[in-house]
Amino acid sequence: MNTMTLERGRLDEAPPTADAAETMVAFERVQKTYDGRTLVVEDLNLAVRRGEFLTMLGPSGSGKTTTLMMLGGFEQPTSGRILLGGQAVERLPPERRDIGFVFQNYALFPHMTVAENVGFPLRYRGVRGAAARRRVEEALAMVKLTGLGERRPAQLSGGQQQRVALARAMVFNPKLILMDEPLGALDKQLREHMQVEIRKIQQRLGITMVYVTHDQSEALTMSDRIAVFHEGRIQQLSDPVALYDRPENRFVADFIGDNNTLSCELAGTENGRSVVRMPDGTRLLATGPSGQARSDLTVSLRPERIGLDSPDRKNAENRIAARVLDRTFLGDRVRLTLEAFGSERLVASVPAAEGAAILPGSRIAMACFAADCRTLTR
Amino acid sequence: MTETLSLSAPAPPAGLGAALRRAERPNRLRAFALALPALLFLVVTFAAPIGLFLTTAVRNPEVRAVLPQTIAALDGWDGHSTPGEEAFIALAADLARAKEDNTAAALGKRLNYESAGMRSRIMSVVRHLGNFKDGALAPQFAALDPVWASPDLWAVIKRNASPMTPYYLLTSVDLGQDASGGIARVEESQAVFLDILGRTLWIAGLVTVATLVLGFPTAYVVSLAPSRIAGFLLLLVLLPLWTSLLVRTTAWVVLLQTDGVINQALLALGLTTEKLQLMLTRFGTVTAMTHIQLPFTILPILSVMKSIPEGQMRAARSLGAPPFFAFWRVYAPQTLPGVAAGCLMTFILSLGYYITPALVGGPRDQMMSNFIATYINRDLNWGMAAALAGLLLVMTLSIYLAFLRLVGAERIKLG
Repeated sequence: MNTMTLERGRLDEAPPTADAAETMVAFERVQKTYDGRTLVVEDLNLAVRRGEFLTMLGPSGSGKTTTLMMLGGFEQPTSGRILLGGQAVERLPPERRDIGFVFQNYALFPHMTVAENVGFPLRYRGVRGAAARRRVEEALAMVKLTGLGERRPAQLSGGQQQRVALARAMVFNPKLILMDEPLGALDKQLREHMQVEIRKIQQRLGITMVYVTHDQSEALTMSDRIAVFHEGRIQQLSDPVALYDRPENRFVADFIGDNNTLSCELAGTENGRSVVRMPDGTRLLATGPSGQARSDLTVSLRPERIGLDSPDRKNAENRIAARVLDRTFLGDRVRLTLEAFGSERLVASVPAAEGAAILPGSRIAMACFAADCRTLTR
Repeated sequence: MTETLSLSAPAPPAGLGAALRRAERPNRLRAFALALPALLFLVVTFAAPIGLFLTTAVRNPEVRAVLPQTIAALDGWDGHSTPGEEAFIALAADLARAKEDNTAAALGKRLNYESAGMRSRIMSVVRHLGNFKDGALAPQFAALDPVWASPDLWAVIKRNASPMTPYYLLTSVDLGQDASGGIARVEESQAVFLDILGRTLWIAGLVTVATLVLGFPTAYVVSLAPSRIAGFLLLLVLLPLWTSLLVRTTAWVVLLQTDGVINQALLALGLTTEKLQLMLTRFGTVTAMTHIQLPFTILPILSVMKSIPEGQMRAARSLGAPPFFAFWRVYAPQTLPGVAAGCLMTFILSLGYYITPALVGGPRDQMMSNFIATYINRDLNWGMAAALAGLLLVMTLSIYLAFLRLVGAERIKLG
């Protein structure tokens, strides 16, 4: 493994069994508590597939970083098992897990040059001399830092330091790369650029990556799948589109993107879809995981999925009569604050061209599809 | 913005620099005015007294003041033969004057430094001044002490006619002037000061190493401890600093003395059968000094350790380094600025130790400061004290500068 070049990566490794080939990391009933009273991670079950870019997304204190630290070997699970490539690793120290870790603020070694930083993992894997220098050169070339090997980390920009950290985590062809909010310290433009670049490298080399962030747009941009963490539990594990379009609970609906949450009552079902009654009696056709009638039922509706009742939306199942309270011009779109279903507040986002003529105080007709109305219970 | 503007900044208008200086002058003056009281205080109470004191290492007023006629009489002397009668007459006259002014003893003492026996010779002449008969004085001096006929004795007097003398400085490095004024090593039995200097450096080095060995792990533990415990541990480290140096040293006397706590405990535990000599030993000196210096080594190291992000060790571990290597290759090198600062501080402070070696150490553990103090308090030889103090100062400064060169000034963090 050590002599393989980065380009070949681990893809040509023969899969031992079908299941192990598919799953790189498995958390099985993992729990973690620091004080013996509250669980930071409650009963975590999660499988990361080989070659997958999986993001753990959640607010601070949601358990995502603890989960990453347990995978990296810096925290021990209180109970449960963690499998890496089919092998139980929860008692294995970090240096024996063969995992590349990119830390928040990079953790580059300030007293070493860039080349020494990148070469650091190689010296513990018996790669020395010319072979090590070649591997370091390759890794630096991959992150477009050729020729900067003799610099000190302090002489590099934030973005360049980030690249060094990435090169250092990948140079030894680890089974897995973990990243803990690696782009948090960069400005917006550079962050977006690096998102694309990290994703490209990950796809080109077929590396399995587990990425932690609290930035939902970052998660949506980069990931194959996203695990949304909240209060020590995975609230939803889906691909980005499903996560956005079909949130499974109110937390996910509110955490990812903008959302209108409106309370309602279940009035019945129709072709497997729910019919809900809004406070003013309006009936909406909605979809969602809520099942049968519950006391605490809401319907979630994204602002950009509410449009003006125009011929494009003649197939939309739901019609909403509303009064415009406020209009905000955002350049490409117009944001409308509406009053509907009696005295409920509703935010809609429409293309700027459509919204230009709408004046505050006017009454308008809006429409939305049943598929965009999600009934949620918690 | 045009192409030319973005490529090269336009030449600054003439006088811009001067205008900037003018604009900033009030601020600089205000800053200077704020620092002035402290500056004056330091100059008046610290820099000036030390500077003046150090000049006594080369000042040589005694012979000039007491023997003006003798000096004049020796002006044309060749230095190889007994001086002429006029020198004896002048000396007798000077000493007669000195007897009245009570300055003969100081002169005798001064000349005695350079030539043993001079004090008694001078005092003997002073006592016999009244008995001198008319006629040639030279034989009468020789009758008191035949050495008065020796040109060497007169050479000492003539040499010290100069207002400045290299004597104290030379002596402080075990050198002396022979009769012809050449510089040579002093006799083995007289050569003590280089030995004392070496001993001072050695003890300071031992204390520095001991504080580092004890202090580094302590700082590491404190830096890793949760903040509440770290606060308590830091208090334990700082506590000695808030106690008087004399109290701490006396406490060590209580512990180390032959019937002291340590010996009693060792005997009670059956670890020794006879009492150990701990007081008045090198061991006792280094132990007590290490205790006193420990906070000075720990604090800079701790402050640097606290600034090393937790992620550094984790990163090293995740990249494959086992704990010891992660510590040694990644963590330890980053503590160097603190280690350097702590060691430098302890080493330099240890060079100047006085009370602790005086109370706990034996005669072979006395450091440079003890000898300076002895010359000032007991021998009233300020010239020698100033020369030794100057030597210690030069030593300290050169070690400091060598250290800066070696480690790099920017790599030393004192706080």
